[in-house]
Amino acid sequence: MSESPIAVEARNAVKAFGQGATAVKALDDVSVKIKKGEFFTLLGPSGCGKTTLLRLIAGFETPTSGQILLDGADITQLPPNKRPVNTVFQSYALFPHLTVAQNIAFGLEMQGRPKAEIKKTVARMLALVKLEPMADRKTSQLSGGQQQRVALARALAPAPKVLLLDEPLSALDLKLRKEMQIELKRLQMETGITFVFVTHDQEEALTMSDRIAVMSAGHIQQVGAPREIYTRPANRFVASFIGETNFLTGKSDGEAVQLDIGSKIAIKAPPGPVSLAIRPEQVRVVAANDPGALPATVGATVYFGTDTHLHLVMKDGSTLVARMQSPASGSGDLAKGTNVGVTFPDSALQLLGD
Amino acid sequence: MASNAEEKAESARTRSAWLLSTPALIVLLFAASGPLLIVVTYSFLTPGQYGNVVWNFDLSGWVGILFSKDIFDGTWHLADAHLSIFWRSVKLSLLTTAITFAVGFPTAWFIATRPPTQRALWLFLITIPFWTNLLIRTIAINEVIRNEGLLNTVLIWIGVISTPLHIIYTDTAVLIGMAYVYLPLMVLPLYAAIDRFDMRLLEAGYDLYASRIQVLRRVILPIVKPGIIAGSILVFVPSLGAYVTPRVLGGGKNMMIGNFIELQFGQARNWPLGAALSMTLLIVVMAALLVYVKASTREGNPHG
Repeated sequence: MSESPIAVEARNAVKAFGQGATAVKALDDVSVKIKKGEFFTLLGPSGCGKTTLLRLIAGFETPTSGQILLDGADITQLPPNKRPVNTVFQSYALFPHLTVAQNIAFGLEMQGRPKAEIKKTVARMLALVKLEPMADRKTSQLSGGQQQRVALARALAPAPKVLLLDEPLSALDLKLRKEMQIELKRLQMETGITFVFVTHDQEEALTMSDRIAVMSAGHIQQVGAPREIYTRPANRFVASFIGETNFLTGKSDGEAVQLDIGSKIAIKAPPGPVSLAIRPEQVRVVAANDPGALPATVGATVYFGTDTHLHLVMKDGSTLVARMQSPASGSGDLAKGTNVGVTFPDSALQLLGD
Repeated sequence: MASNAEEKAESARTRSAWLLSTPALIVLLFAASGPLLIVVTYSFLTPGQYGNVVWNFDLSGWVGILFSKDIFDGTWHLADAHLSIFWRSVKLSLLTTAITFAVGFPTAWFIATRPPTQRALWLFLITIPFWTNLLIRTIAINEVIRNEGLLNTVLIWIGVISTPLHIIYTDTAVLIGMAYVYLPLMVLPLYAAIDRFDMRLLEAGYDLYASRIQVLRRVILPIVKPGIIAGSILVFVPSLGAYVTPRVLGGGKNMMIGNFIELQFGQARNWPLGAALSMTLLIVVMAALLVYVKASTREGNPHG
C-alpha cells in the first residue's frame, strides 16, 4: 500500500491537566497521522481538545504520555524554539514594538539567517500576503484582516515544515472571514506547506480542508475527507456536529430495519434498536397520495433565502426536516397542516455507531 | 448663531476650569517656584559671616562649585574634594538604579504572574517599608551591617569569617541602604508595565525560534521599557539627592551632594555655595533625564 509521507503524527497522546482525582484529560489517547502537504483540520466544539493537540505539536505543552513525531522523528521533548513548526495564534500575538517587516523578520533573525536572505524573504512574504505598502507600519495601525496577514506571513517566513493555525479567523467578521478562507487555501497551495488548522466552524472546515478530524471530549471521533465526513458520519456526534441532520430510530431484525416513521429498509445491522441519520436535502416532499410515500403533516416552514426548511410531523410524532429550494416568487409555501408524502432513497440513510 | 453659543459655552468652561485649578496653582506658585527663586537669588549673593547672605552680587557661590580659595594666598584652584563628592553621588546613584533594577525586575515579574487575587497582597507587602520612617529604617540597616551587627555576628558564629566585615561607613554601606530604600520605587512601575504585557507574546517568541534569553532581550525588555524608564527615573533622581542614607550609613567621609549642600547651609555657613550646588543638582538631574528619555525613545524606533 503506497501512502503519501507523514508530516506529523500523534501516537497515543494523552494530556491531563491537574493532579490525581481532579485531573481532567483534555486529550485521551489520541492517535492521528497528518500527511505532507495537506490541509488538515481539527474540528470540534470548545473544550474538545483540538487546541491542546495543536499545542502539543507546537511544543507549548508536553503530553502526559504518548509521542509527537515530525517527519518520523520523535520531537515530544523538544522545546518550541527547536521545532521547525510555526503557529498562527488566535490573538495573532504580533509584537507591538516592531513594524510589520520586523515582525516577519523575527523568526528568520532568531534562526540566524544572513541579512540579505532575511531581506529577500521578508519582501517575498510581504508580496505573498499583499502587504508591501504596510512594511514600515506598526502592527497597531493595521486592521484585523491585515494583522491576520502579518501573523500568517510571520509564521510562514521561516518556511516551517508544518504551519499550525489556532482558530485564526474567529476574530474576523463574516465577509473578511470568507475572503481569508480563500486566501489561506491559496497560501497553502502556493507554499505546499502542511497546514494544521483548528476551528469550531464546520463550514470553514468543510470548505477548506483536504481532511478533517472531528474531535469531541478528548477523542478523535472520525477522520476523513469533508465529503466522507458529511455523507458518512461515523456516529451521532459527528452527524449532529457537521451540518444539519435528522435522526431516525428503528428496530433491526438482522436483515432489515423497521423505521419508527413507517417504512422498512434493507440495511444490515445487528438485531435490536438502531439509530440512523439522514440529511434534510435528501428528504423529498411529494403528494400525499404518492405510492410508497410516508404520510406526514407540514408543521412549519422556515425561509432561508435560497432554501426553505419544511418541518414535517411524521406518523410517530417525530419531526423530520426537509430542505428544498425556495419556490419561485408567487407560488405560495405549503400551509401548516397540509398532508403530504415523504420519500427518500434508502442509500441516503446512514447507520450510526454507538 | 449656534457656533456663537457654542463658543460662549466653551469659554465659560475654560474659565471655570481655571477657577477650579486656582488653589492648586497658588500652592504651586508659592511652594515650588517661590523657594526656587529664592535659591537662585541666594546663589548670586555674598555669604554672610554667620550664615545668611549679604545683598551683594557675587559669583563666588557658582565658582565655588568647582574651585576653592586657598586660605593662605587667596588663589583659586580646582576643588578635588568637591569633584570626588560629585563623582561618588553619580556613581552610587547609577549603581543603585542598576541594583534595584536587577533585583526589582524578577520581583515585579513574579508579582505580575501571580493569580490576580494574590497580586494585591504581594503589592501590599512591597509597600510595607513605607510605613516606617526612613531614618528608622536606615538606622535598622546600620544595626544589621555594623561591625558588631547582626550580619557579622551570624557570619562569625557560623564560621564563614573570623574578623568582622567592615561595611559600615563605606560606599558599599550607602549602596546597600539606598538599594533597600528605593527598591519599591523600581518594583511598582515595573509591575505596572509587566502587568500590561501580553504573556501570549512569549509563546510567539519561543515559536519563532527565540531562546529564553532572546525572548527576554528582544520581546520582553523592549515592550516593558516605559516601566524601566519610569522606575529608573524614580530611583535615580532621589538617589542623587539622597541625604539621610549617606549620612547614617556613609559617615562623614562618604558624603554625597545632599550632605554637601546641607554642610554649606550649616557648619560651613556658605549659603550662596549651597544654593548654587542645589541649582547644579537640579540642572544635572534635568539634563540626565532629558538625555535618558531621548536616548531610550530613539532606541525604541530604530526605523522610524
